[in-house]
Amino acid sequence: MDATVQTIEAMERPPVTMASRLEGELLEVSMGPQHPSTHGVFRMNVALEGEIVRKLKPVFGYLHRNHEQIGEHTSYLGSMPYTDRLDYFCSMSNNWAYALSVEKLAGIEVPERAEYLRVILAELTRLQNHASLLGFLLSDMGAWGTPLMYAFREREKILDLFESLAGSRMMCDYMRFGGCRLDASEEWLARAKQIVDRFPEFLDEFEELILGNEIVIGRTQNVGKLSAELAISAGITGPMLRASGVNYDVRKVDGYGFYPRFKFRIPLGNHGDTYDRLMMRALEMRESVGILKQAFAQIQPGPIVNPKVKVRAFRPPAGEAYGRIEAPKGELGFYLISDGGPNPYRYRVRPPSFINLTVLEDLCLGHTVADVMVILGSVDIVMGEVDR
Amino acid sequence: MIGTGILKGMAVTARNFVGSYFDKERLITIQYPEERNPLPENYRNFPFLIYDGDDPHAGLRCVACKICEKECPPQCIYIVKSDDKKPDYMGKPQFYPKVFDIDISVCMSCQICVEVCPFEAIKMDKEFELSKRERFDALLSRKEELSKSNDYYHKIHPLEAAAVDKNLADAAAVAEAKKKAAAEAAAKAAAAKAAATKPPPAGDAASVPGKPTPSSQQ
Repeated sequence: MDATVQTIEAMERPPVTMASRLEGELLEVSMGPQHPSTHGVFRMNVALEGEIVRKLKPVFGYLHRNHEQIGEHTSYLGSMPYTDRLDYFCSMSNNWAYALSVEKLAGIEVPERAEYLRVILAELTRLQNHASLLGFLLSDMGAWGTPLMYAFREREKILDLFESLAGSRMMCDYMRFGGCRLDASEEWLARAKQIVDRFPEFLDEFEELILGNEIVIGRTQNVGKLSAELAISAGITGPMLRASGVNYDVRKVDGYGFYPRFKFRIPLGNHGDTYDRLMMRALEMRESVGILKQAFAQIQPGPIVNPKVKVRAFRPPAGEAYGRIEAPKGELGFYLISDGGPNPYRYRVRPPSFINLTVLEDLCLGHTVADVMVILGSVDIVMGEVDR
Repeated sequence: MIGTGILKGMAVTARNFVGSYFDKERLITIQYPEERNPLPENYRNFPFLIYDGDDPHAGLRCVACKICEKECPPQCIYIVKSDDKKPDYMGKPQFYPKVFDIDISVCMSCQICVEVCPFEAIKMDKEFELSKRERFDALLSRKEELSKSNDYYHKIHPLEAAAVDKNLADAAAVAEAKKKAAAEAAAKAAAAKAAATKPPPAGDAASVPGKPTPSSQQ
C-alpha cells in the first residue's frame, strides 16, 4: 500500500497539499493486491477520512487479454484451453461451463461416466478453491503463512490428482464436447477417494485454527455487510449471495449434469457479513465432500466421450445457447451465438468474480482501511476472470 | 472465555510443527533440485515429433499436412512442406516437413495438436527444465531439436506409446490385407475383364482405416 497525493478526479479538484491533508480533508490512497499470485493485479483508489473509507473506486483491466475476441476467432475446440486461464484456480469448472454451453448449442449427449467424472472434478475444484480462499483471506488479514500453508497443503494433493489425470496442475484442459479427454483409472479413483475421505480432518483442523479465533471473529463479524436486497439487485451469485441468506444455487435450480442424483444441502448465511462468507466456504466444502463420496460410490465403467462429436472441423448448427454452472465463485456462464461456422459469432463470458466485485464500494464504505483487504478477500476474486 | 480460540489455534500449529518431525504426511516440502517428485504418466508440457527407427529424417512420421498448424489455438507452429517425397512407415511416398518450428514461448501446452494429428506424429514431451539464456531464437524449437525417437516416447509415456504402436500396427496390417484383397480383386477383375469387358472395382489400398486422410477432412 502506498500513499500518493493523486486525486480521483484530479481535473475537478485543486491539488491536495500537505496543509489541506492535515486539516482533515479526504486522503486518497492507491491500494490493492498487486501480486499476481494471490488475487491478481488490481487497484483500489480509496478516499479516506482518517482511517475511514469514504469513497472507493476499483480500477481493473491490468490483466485484460481480449479473451472474448480471441474466442470469436479460434475454433470451438481452440477456446477450451483459453477457458482454463479465466479463473486459473478452477480450470475444471471453467471447462465444464464452456463444454456445457457448446453441448447445448449443438445438442450433444454426454455419456454417464463422463458426467460423473465432471461432477467429481468440479467438486474437487470447489474443495481446492475454497481451501485456498480461506488461506488467502487469513493471509489478507495478517495471518501470514501458517493458514495459507495448511490450505495449500490440501490444495496440492488435489492438484496432484489433476496432474495425474489431465497432465497439468492448473491448466487442465480436460473436458471435451460430449465427454472428457482421458479416462480415470481405478487407481486414480481410489486415490481421489482416499484424499476426499481424509479431507474432513483438514476441515476440522482448519476450523479449530481459525473459526473460533477471537481475532478472526473481531476482524470479520459485522464487517462488510451485504443485504439480501442489494445482493439480488446487483446480480451477486455463489457463496457470497448465499451468505446473505438467499437460497440460490445453480446446482439445485438448473440441476445440470447429474446433480439431481446427489443428496446435498445448501448452506445459508444469516447476516451477510465477512464471517458468514468465510463460514459459507467451510460449510460448502463439507457438502462437497458428501457429493464426492456419493459420486465415488455411483460411478460405473463406460465410455467417456460421445463418439459422434468430431474433433476436427466441428461446426454446431446456427443458433444461440447459454450454459451456466455453479462455479466455486458463483454462476459462471458462457453465451454463444453460432452462425454455423467453425468459430462462434459471439462468445461472451459471464464471470462470477467480476459481477461479485461490483458491490465492493457498498461493502467497504464506513469501514477502516484494514477492513478493505478483508472484504476484498471474502469476495473471492481472481483477476484473470475479472479482466478476461 | 476470551483467548481460548487463540490458544486452540496455537495448539493446532504446535501439533503441526512437532508432528512434522515424526509424520511424513505433515512434512510436505520437496527440496527441488536435489529431490524430485516422479512425474505422472499423463504429464505434458511441450510437443515433439516422433521418428521410427534410428534416422530422424527417414523415420519422421510427420507428413506436413499442416492440420496442427491450422488447429493450434495460439498459432505457435510453423510448417513448410517439402518439394520431394519420402516413404512413410507403410512404404507409401509422403511429403515431409522441410521446416517445422514450434515457438515454445507461445505454446500453451494444450495438446490440441496431439489430438488432431491423424498420423500419431506429434506427442507431448515431459521435459520442463527449459530455461534459456537468449531471448529470441533459443525459444524457437527447430525440427532437429523437436525430432525424438519412438524409444524416447516409450520411455516417457509407456502406456500411451504402447497403445499408439498397437494402433499403427493394426492400421498397417489392415492396409496390408486390403492391399492384398485389392490385388486379388484386381487380378480377378482382370480375369473377368478378359472374359467380359467389365470395369475393375477400385480399392484405395494405402489409406489408413479409422484415421482419415487430411484431404477428406478439409
